[in-house]
Amino acid sequence: MGEKVIMLGNEAIARGAYEAGVKVSSAYPGTPSTEISEYLVQYRDDVYEEWAPNEKVATEVAVGASLAGVRSMACMKHVGLNVAADPLYSVSYMGVNGGLVIVVADDPGLYSSQNEQDTRMVARAAQIPVIEPSDSAEAKDYFKIAFELSEKFDRPFIFRTTTRLAHSQGLVELQDRVVPEDKVYEKNIQKNVMMPGNAKIRHIEIEKRNLELAEAANTLPINRVEMNDTKIGVITSGIPYQYVKEAMPEASVLKLGMVNPLPRKLIEDFASKVDTLYIVEELDPVIEEQVKSWGINAIGKEILTVQGEYSANMLRKAILKQDLDIKEPAAAPGRPPILCPGCPHRSVFYTLNKLKMHAAGDIGCYTLGAVAPLSVIDTTMCMGSSISTLHGMEKAKGKDYIKNWVAVIGDSTFMHTGVNSLMNMVYNKATGTVIILDNSTTGMTGHQDHAATGKTLQGDPTYAISIPGICKAMGIKNVYEINAFDLPLLEKTIKEEVAKDEISVIITKTPCVLLDKRKKPLYVAHEDKCKKCGMCMKPGCPAMTKNADGTIHIDDTMCTGCGLCKDLCKFDAIELVREGE
Amino acid sequence: MAVKNIMIVGVGGQGTLLTSRILGGLAIAGGYDVKLSEVHGMAQRGGSVVTFVRYGDKVAEPIVEEGQADVIIAFERLEALRYAHFLKKDGALIVNDWRIDPMPVVIGNAEYPENILEDLGKEYKVYKVDATEESRKLGNPKVFNLIVLGVAAQHMDFTKEQWYDVIEKTVPPKTIEINKKAFDVGYGLK
Repeated sequence: MGEKVIMLGNEAIARGAYEAGVKVSSAYPGTPSTEISEYLVQYRDDVYEEWAPNEKVATEVAVGASLAGVRSMACMKHVGLNVAADPLYSVSYMGVNGGLVIVVADDPGLYSSQNEQDTRMVARAAQIPVIEPSDSAEAKDYFKIAFELSEKFDRPFIFRTTTRLAHSQGLVELQDRVVPEDKVYEKNIQKNVMMPGNAKIRHIEIEKRNLELAEAANTLPINRVEMNDTKIGVITSGIPYQYVKEAMPEASVLKLGMVNPLPRKLIEDFASKVDTLYIVEELDPVIEEQVKSWGINAIGKEILTVQGEYSANMLRKAILKQDLDIKEPAAAPGRPPILCPGCPHRSVFYTLNKLKMHAAGDIGCYTLGAVAPLSVIDTTMCMGSSISTLHGMEKAKGKDYIKNWVAVIGDSTFMHTGVNSLMNMVYNKATGTVIILDNSTTGMTGHQDHAATGKTLQGDPTYAISIPGICKAMGIKNVYEINAFDLPLLEKTIKEEVAKDEISVIITKTPCVLLDKRKKPLYVAHEDKCKKCGMCMKPGCPAMTKNADGTIHIDDTMCTGCGLCKDLCKFDAIELVREGE
Repeated sequence: MAVKNIMIVGVGGQGTLLTSRILGGLAIAGGYDVKLSEVHGMAQRGGSVVTFVRYGDKVAEPIVEEGQADVIIAFERLEALRYAHFLKKDGALIVNDWRIDPMPVVIGNAEYPENILEDLGKEYKVYKVDATEESRKLGNPKVFNLIVLGVAAQHMDFTKEQWYDVIEKTVPPKTIEINKKAFDVGYGLK
């Protein structure tokens, strides 16, 4: 027996990668997948890993490593898989040399995402097998199984998790790392060059492989029957399995560890032994539609939702028809996420709000610029889309139409896919203004480095790609770097640049306030000098509240001394009382 | 042992993750099966944050559901109100008597409810602690969560030595002493 330790689901996947003998991992941060790469770094002597600029690149890196003959992986969130869809669909035809596993984290309940898509649907479309664990122990053990199956059946695998699994902790038993011998690379043009003549033959081949895998799925130990009382039978997988065990420990369960392809014989056999069959799966009816297409009677989305997370109580009500004695939640004002005190994005959004500008937004902390009182962001769709959306507006309505519009995008998102959109603007003679909110990190996911920060995933120094350099190299003349807290310069520059009939890039370069761990300055508000004008409250800083008499109070546990409120106060009511380090 | 259900609720940035890790470590030291569930990502940015800790002979789901919590540790009053209905009958609600206005209140779109603790006290067993003030007395307002935890410890089945041991293993080495002191303050409060 190995040592038992408590691990986050993502940490367990990292451990599984280590134990499986993975040698290469590439990823782009995305909640809830990010910590896999952060935990993997402790094995840096054995596993090479990196942050890639986006998920497409990460996947291609992993494919390259697999071709070279080692076990390799890429990690991303569900929407990241859309970016990686191009290599995904074709590597499905190619197969693998060393085992290849792509970890994809879904987000039922939208804790930190722009949609609630189900990766299993993408996997079915790309004909990629999917393995899904239901707790940290399985996350580690199944990850190793994924590599074994990948090599045995010559298929890339998706390892699907959800937020609840990724961010729950459970006990895991540690085992040693076992590194299989590297596979020999053999040039194989028919298998690895996806031109029509080859791909046509590969398509036939992978259909065959998938059928073999589906047959093998009937006896895979990770597809497990737990026969109990036969009145209720449940087919489930992943985290919902835990809700089933919690709500109805007496029911019979078919727990699927591999959710694509499905074990038809096993399912038919299980269905024949139970009175009523339920299918409990979060998000889309992926298992349910297939099972029903085989003529098996089952109940699923008729009584269970396609939205959000499930729970044991939900199953007690929907399946067991139990009348639960649960109190109604109290009426309490919501507490939506907000930009942190001292966030450099706040002064930019304050300025845009003041100038009554619209903003095509992007994915990152700065999406929170859409929240009142700033309410600046008009659109947020996907990574890199701010710039191209603004461009589309200009082409639809002309350059004067976007004189009160900008695109706002973060540094990491710009490097991810924003850079393509900026190329398009230059090439197609756009005149819009792009603001790159450069806080020197990937903020929302918890501070990961990227190609423009000068540090690798491991924190080692490397080349820092220059964002203004990229813009200038594209031929953009109007490129400015500004301190985000320099309000007068910020306002002047935005006004001037949107007025021009030329493309402009304004880079507000101020690091994320959470990156700098030194003791911060502190401001206090003097109630005797405060005229209750409300100017300092306009940027919506969470460290500031109004006293009962309308004067201002600054919470000394939250203030980070950015000084934005002081700069806005016309009555010297806000004073610096402690210098930072 | 039947599964114990603990919740830690607060505002993103208040240290709910550290607190849950201490509780998780404690459950392991006690030889129990344990599962925790946390919130990362966008909600951490000043949003309402809830962490679940479950331990016992065998734990299935990692979350605590409505009507099931033995103890709720609330780092802020409004968050105590928001999650109080997760308590089971006779469950203990430990509340840091502290107010952080959510943005809808700051900008005047909503009212911060008055008399939260008094109202909750009519339905639940409420234990109020002025941890923010007590932590200032210790000279470090950041350790308020260990004071709240000290109060919660009075309602849980672990020895003081077990708590000390896990605190030492969990908090940054430089802060062990101040965190233990803060825990002592809470543990001693009536």
